[in-house]
Amino acid sequence: MTSARRKTYGVKGAPYLFLLPATLLFALFFALPIGYALWLSLHKIEVKGLGLGKGARQETWAGLGNYADALSDPELLDGALRVLGYGAIVVPVMLGLALLFALMLDTDRVRLAPFSRLAIFLPYAIPGVIAALLWGFLYLPDLSPFHFVLDKLGLPQPDLLDGGPLYLSLSNIAVWGGTGFNMIVIYTSLRAIPAEVYEAARLDGCSQLQIALRIKIPMVAPSLVLTFFFSIIATLQVFSEPTTLRPLTNSLSTTWSPLMKVYQDAFGKGDTYSAAATAVIIAVVTLVLSFGFLRAANSRNKQEEAR
Amino acid sequence: MSSVALRKAAPAAGTTPGTVQGPPRRRRIALVPTVTLLLGALYCLLPVAWVVVASTKSGRELFSTFTFLPGTGFADNVKDLSAYRGGVYWKWMGNSALYAGLGALLSTAVSAVSGYALAIYRFRGRETIFNILLAGVLMPPVILAVPQYLLLAKVDLTDTYASVLLPLILSPYGVYLARIYTAAAVPSDVVEAGRMDSASEWRIFSRIALPMMIPGLVTVFLFQFVAIWNNFLLPYIMLSDDEKFPITLGLFTLLEQGSNTPVLYTLVITGALLAVVPLIALFLVIQRFWSLDLLSGAVKS
Repeated sequence: MTSARRKTYGVKGAPYLFLLPATLLFALFFALPIGYALWLSLHKIEVKGLGLGKGARQETWAGLGNYADALSDPELLDGALRVLGYGAIVVPVMLGLALLFALMLDTDRVRLAPFSRLAIFLPYAIPGVIAALLWGFLYLPDLSPFHFVLDKLGLPQPDLLDGGPLYLSLSNIAVWGGTGFNMIVIYTSLRAIPAEVYEAARLDGCSQLQIALRIKIPMVAPSLVLTFFFSIIATLQVFSEPTTLRPLTNSLSTTWSPLMKVYQDAFGKGDTYSAAATAVIIAVVTLVLSFGFLRAANSRNKQEEAR
Repeated sequence: MSSVALRKAAPAAGTTPGTVQGPPRRRRIALVPTVTLLLGALYCLLPVAWVVVASTKSGRELFSTFTFLPGTGFADNVKDLSAYRGGVYWKWMGNSALYAGLGALLSTAVSAVSGYALAIYRFRGRETIFNILLAGVLMPPVILAVPQYLLLAKVDLTDTYASVLLPLILSPYGVYLARIYTAAAVPSDVVEAGRMDSASEWRIFSRIALPMMIPGLVTVFLFQFVAIWNNFLLPYIMLSDDEKFPITLGLFTLLEQGSNTPVLYTLVITGALLAVVPLIALFLVIQRFWSLDLLSGAVKS
């Protein structure tokens, strides 16, 4: 009796013990920093007198003042618009290419598919910073093969690191790095479709294109939703690529993307309070977008099931 | 599942009855997909091919010869790079291996115990804990990294190896994958049988369940390894002593200095090549084991 009771206690306590490391790490490196960021965002430094000596600089309650400042800061709004424009290029192009390549890989009688699949997936192994660095050199007029070819053809050579082309150049880095991974995710779920489905469609006289459009794409819709979701989040958080390109051009400001602005405010200006407020705003926007999207995807799934 | 597809396929067949393919066409290579994929492959290999060629050029050749014309300076470039600031480049590579290797190992261990607990046991607060851990995925890294830096500064831990390692050990994505995989790979009968033999819960986990979880854990390890190796933001914020830099941050600082002195360009290019080679080699070896089925499995459930 006693040993049986002890055993059930052991079973009951076990999951909590197993989860202890994760819980501890979560508390220290997720919950505490988030709480601290919230606390900071509601405070500011008040300088008394000349700001000399101890106690001259005091943390005081700022209410929502930091938030009001951040939201009315045109630089943050501009950054958000820049990232939106960037995302409007990256996400459709990257996922469109990923879907296209995945469907092509899944076609009958395609040659050299293992080689192409590996080559397209390869950029996933290359750090974003190094990818940005490689492309950055390829954009430099002195080094670029594009400029070389355009020069030989006598065509005008656009500055790839300025103005409108800069968006395309930055987007290209993200598309290059992300297409392969998304292709593999979509391709894996294409492989999971049972072969009988296609046999039946072929017997009904469907062409490859019709099979792709009417069977394959609807059946991999869940993985498209997933890749779309992760791509959006990654796009909102763009930081390393524009930061890496900065040494190569004067057109990228230190506050080009909202996250760069957070970094600049915190470590460039040393104003951790307004940096925290901006960070919280970005986090809230990301969370609202994520949950809104997941909810929409879920309710669509339920509708599909109900049908 | 297949009935859905059949239903969807039927109208397609009805609307276009004239597209039945004859047997002779079956033998041919599918030209459009093959060419499209090869173009995609070419696009993805272009920068890699460029860096291979560019690293062979001496500083003068870099700016004077055609982009894809090989140069004569590869050995000198490697020598210059190794000599740069007393061999700091190789220190960066070693640091990256340390951060990624140790970090991924610890991260996999934490994911394994957490995923196992969430998949096998029924207990109060299970879904709450799982959802809270998952919410961590949605947190933009900068939001976490800035307060993490400020908090670690209070305990004098910034600019240390620990400051880059510790925040990356808990991976919400790793916990998620470990849970999904455990639920699929470890049958509850096996756990029950272990209890019948009055094995302790830890023993059941470490002796019975863990071996069954290995393929899933390999995936978690590889994901984390690549994620930490590619990480830039956290070391960028945490570290100021370049002896502790990982390769990404090291190359970035080299490029930053290089923008004023183009002589350093050849060092950056050679450094980028040498940094990419081990990753590509690792990638070619592991892509055989890499079970991305796990990912699409996660999509379905």
